[in-house]
Parts: sequence; structure tokens; C-alpha cells
Amino acid sequence: MERLHVIVLVILLIALAVTLIRLRSLLAIAILTGVYSLIMAVVYTLLDAVDVAFTEAVVGAGITLTLMLAAISLTTRSETKPGKRTKQRAVGAVTALAAGMALIYATTDMPGLGDADAPVHLHVAPYYIEVGPIETGVPNIVTAILASYRGFDTLGEVAVIFTAGISVMALLWRWGKDDR
Amino acid sequence: MIEVLTYITEHAVQWGAVVLLMLGLYIVMTRGNLIKKVIGLNIFQTAVFLLYISIGYVLDGAAPIVLEGAERYSNPLPHVLILTAIVVSVATTSLALALIVRIQEAYGSIEEDEILEHGET
Repeated sequence: MERLHVIVLVILLIALAVTLIRLRSLLAIAILTGVYSLIMAVVYTLLDAVDVAFTEAVVGAGITLTLMLAAISLTTRSETKPGKRTKQRAVGAVTALAAGMALIYATTDMPGLGDADAPVHLHVAPYYIEVGPIETGVPNIVTAILASYRGFDTLGEVAVIFTAGISVMALLWRWGKDDR
Repeated sequence: MIEVLTYITEHAVQWGAVVLLMLGLYIVMTRGNLIKKVIGLNIFQTAVFLLYISIGYVLDGAAPIVLEGAERYSNPLPHVLILTAIVVSVATTSLALALIVRIQEAYGSIEEDEILEHGET
């Protein structure tokens, strides 16, 4: 049953994405991306990825939405009506369709959703699930991997956020100007 | 008939992720508004995240938190990867939005066409 729920929610996500293409008001678009993130968080919960779900809810629906609203308030509220752009649309549609068809062809080789004997579940992951809680003492296996086994990845992630933070400051800070 | 339905339920989420990816790519390529491009990029990213999380899912498995009596857990490795990716995606989004704010100040517009015209004159 969970699989059917997920499929219904994914159809809803696709409908939302199509609406996002057609809408012109940037404010409405930003708020709909918040809704999109929350539905995505529900999908993650149904797929047993609870840590990812709450990160998506907090970061996707919370922080990204706030940043979008801030950017919109500093720029413009709505998209101007574009010119014909027929050529650009055709190129975009053809490229997206070609990429999509190649990927759908690739999914025919993939194991089905929820297959416990899929190759991904047979290597490395069983070790973390069996030994992880004993070695680290953390009952949440995702936390054990994130903070202990793959701690350097997380350190790199912090470095990325730090770099992004410095870059945003460098872009938006008015150095030595008194026009504020 | 049953086989076809099983096949569809097993692969529909993957196809859904591919469709979302196509929609995101289409927005990035065809929309001139820079904020909308960033939103297209976000949709593209969430499509990849959805594909990864669907790979980690195990039917009748528990969420990867130690639970008495649980026989199977879903695979925690994709979850860890995607947690990192979500946070990095916010960092890139914030940087892109900051750049857009500066472009608005420099060119007076965030429409691609108008910025290009401004550059030519």
C-alpha cells in the first residue's frame, strides 16, 4: 500500500511542477515550492527516510522559501511576459525529452522499488546496520554513519556551507559605501 | 495483467523522478527569469534525491533506527548521501539568489533577454 501512496504523491508533485512552469507570479511560485518541499518530505517519510524527511521539511520548505521570499522582495514580484522564444522552447523540450527517454530506458534495468535483494542492499549497508549501533553507541544508524563513519564527508559539507556563506556576504555586504 | 501492474508499481516512482527531472531541465532551459531558473534547478535536484531515496527503500523494512524485533531496515547509505546533498543544495541556492540580487542592482532586471540587451548597448 505504501508504494501506491508514494505514487499518488509523486503524481501530485509532477502536477505542482507543471503549475510552476505556467505561473508568472514569482510570489506564488515561491510559496508553491514550499508546498512542493513539504509533499516531498511526506514522500521521504513513506519511503522510511525519516532523517531526510525532516531535513527537507526544515531546509527545503523553511530556509529555501525564506531565501526566495527575501530575493523576490529585493528584485521583482512577477516574471515579464517573454517574447516568442519558440526556438528556445523547442530545443529545451527536445533536450529534456531525450534525457528523459534515455533515463526511462535505464530504469528497465533497475531493481523494483522495495526489492530487498537488490545489489545496493547486499554490500556495505548490512555492516553499518549490524555493527554501527554497537560500535558507535548511537541507535540512529543514519546519524552513526553521518557523524562517525563518514565524518569527513560532513566536514566537507560544513566547508561548502561556510564558503557559500562567505560568498553571499561578499556579494551583499556594501563595503565602505554609505548609501544604506 | 497482474504482472504488468506489479511492474508499474515497482517502477512508477523511478519514472516519476525522471519526469520531475525533465520538467526541471525544461524550466532551466526555457525560462528567462533568473529566479525561475533557480526554482527549476531545485526541482531537478529533488528529482535526483527522490530517485536515490527510492533506491534505499526496502518493502516491510523499518526506518534505519534500531528497533526491537525489526528484521529489516531500509538502506541508510542513500539517506546519508541525500542529507548532505540537501544541505549543499541550500548553500548553492542561497549563493545563486545573492548573485541574482546583485544582477538586479547592476542591470535593473532579472530577465535574461533584458540583461543581454543591456550588455549590447
